Amino acid sequence: MAEPGRYVYAVCRAGDRAEVTDALTGVRGVADAPVGVLDHATLCAVVSEVDLAEYGEDGLRRNLEDLGWVERVARAHDHVVGAVSTVTTCAPLRLVTICSDDDSVRAKVDAQRDELERTLTLLDGRVEHGVKAYAAEPGATAAAGVADEPTGTAYLMRRRQETATREAADQAAADAADEVHTQLRELAIASRRYPPQDKRLSGRRERMVLNGAYLVDRSATPELEQAVAVLAERHPQLELELTGPWPPYSFAGGEPS
Amino acid sequence: MTTQAMRTTEPPRASDRPQREIALVDLLDRLLGTGVVLAGDITISLAGVDLVLIKLRALIMSVRDEMEEAER
Repeated sequence: MAEPGRYVYAVCRAGDRAEVTDALTGVRGVADAPVGVLDHATLCAVVSEVDLAEYGEDGLRRNLEDLGWVERVARAHDHVVGAVSTVTTCAPLRLVTICSDDDSVRAKVDAQRDELERTLTLLDGRVEHGVKAYAAEPGATAAAGVADEPTGTAYLMRRRQETATREAADQAAADAADEVHTQLRELAIASRRYPPQDKRLSGRRERMVLNGAYLVDRSATPELEQAVAVLAERHPQLELELTGPWPPYSFAGGEPS
Repeated sequence: MTTQAMRTTEPPRASDRPQREIALVDLLDRLLGTGVVLAGDITISLAGVDLVLIKLRALIMSVRDEMEEAER
């Protein structure tokens, strides 16, 4: 490797080093590299080696525009964080955090020790669940429209009626989504609402009205699943989709509410 | 318990997670917008990241447009 750098996946407590090392045995990270653990005082970093020709500043600018490349890195990143999360708490880092060498990783961890410790405390023993809600298509009331339109006025009135019906359905779906979020938020230690995913990326025809993430104690997973099932029954106009448990990505940085 | 309204194709059980493919879009929601920002040496600085994300979104938009074309 011409110019090796370090890809940093996550930070955990140094006391968990042995378990983390075990969990990472045989695990491959980005660029199919073996993943190691770098100790530093009370914390340790999960790292692997990358080629700076690909992961350096210039390389990243180029590669981050390649969705296939981003997908490979994202899946490798998730694979490593997932493996660590099976054995202990870790603070996942943002995608493509790159340092030049081990000393640099240690220095960066040192510089953010307090923040990392706080994050680890928040995430201890907790997992994230995703709950997405799609608005069911409004009922097929269009059948009447197939009939001949006797007058322009009748046509106009029908269009107005349709628009009003659609707006009412959209508002009802948005209100129901807010209620689902509020209810789940009460169960959760922290929550976060992402912008709705575009239909073409979600692969769903229905409109997404909720894209939420909820941090709960690992043991509270059945409770959350139960709550989602109850909310799905209460709001038949929504289709709820549960994902997870995820490593608590959504609560490792940024500003969850 | 009626779970009719929920998708049953991907039961949300913890034990299933390692086996099934996670939707890329769900993963990117989490990996691009969140996570501890450890200021790396390779400074795709915060401003740089924003720039990159904008480009990435532009790319996703263009991929979507192609998909739409293909659907027609």
